[in-house]
Amino acid sequence: MDANQYIALAAFLFGIGLVGVVVKRNMLVVFMCIELMLNAANLTFLAFARRAGNMNGHAIAFFVIAVAAAEAAVGLAIVIAVFRTRGTLNVDEVASLRN
Amino acid sequence: MPRKIVIWVVLAALVVTFVGVLGARMAEGAVLPEIILGPLGLTDALFYLFAAMTFAGAATVALSKNILHSALGLLAALMGTGSLYVFLSADFLAVTQLLVYIGGVLVLILFAVMLTNRITEVKISNASLGLVGGGALLVATVPVLVFVAIATPWATIVPAELAPTTREIGNAFLTRWLLPFELASLVLLATLIGAVVIARKELKQDEPDTSVS
Repeated sequence: MDANQYIALAAFLFGIGLVGVVVKRNMLVVFMCIELMLNAANLTFLAFARRAGNMNGHAIAFFVIAVAAAEAAVGLAIVIAVFRTRGTLNVDEVASLRN
Repeated sequence: MPRKIVIWVVLAALVVTFVGVLGARMAEGAVLPEIILGPLGLTDALFYLFAAMTFAGAATVALSKNILHSALGLLAALMGTGSLYVFLSADFLAVTQLLVYIGGVLVLILFAVMLTNRITEVKISNASLGLVGGGALLVATVPVLVFVAIATPWATIVPAELAPTTREIGNAFLTRWLLPFELASLVLLATLIGAVVIARKELKQDEPDTSVS
């Protein structure tokens, strides 16, 4: 299987995630779409690592996963805190972090 | 519904057997047999299967009106990409994907979905706007990226055989990527402290919020 197809699939994933971030108004779904985009980037890294035959892409993909996990922990804590204080998750209504 | 349960159990057993047999064969260093399914080889057919699963999951995330369906679509997308990592000779990252993303992040997301109630009200919970603009964005970005991916003649190196990558990744982490590795641990520590701080602020009700800057 060629690397081109993996990269094309990653492009599709990234596009879908981008559209989801722009279109969806729920904070959680925006969050999920960001995870999709990170996954697309990971897939690209691994496709190129397979093609180039070295481990650097694997290392970067590992860091991406670590950062995504950290983002998930803090981001979802913020999502729940915002929902508790405001009762909504619409990103248009939650325009500021203070008050 | 015992019949449905039986069907699901059989399907799960088939998948587990397939993965186990494939893993055992690859651990022995055996080359996969070239089973021809029409014009496609077995690996090609599996690639398209997992790609379709990933694509369907991603589309569900971005388009579904039910937020719980979005979370389950994310599960399908993550599992599909994790399976594709195996085809890319990234066994360690595939397992990491399974452990961290599906076991950790996805469960966190499901917790958040359940904790933010009112998810049954679709209009409130998961409204979307600007579908026209979103479609225009899709049309503007995806064909360009796919064209670049397919039309670019990437350097044609014959890929090495599928091999375990854990040793190489460990060596890379402790030599070339040592500083980013330690920074990643710092990021995780900051995350830990940040999550505790965010969760703790809710409990202090007798104090005025002096810590808020």
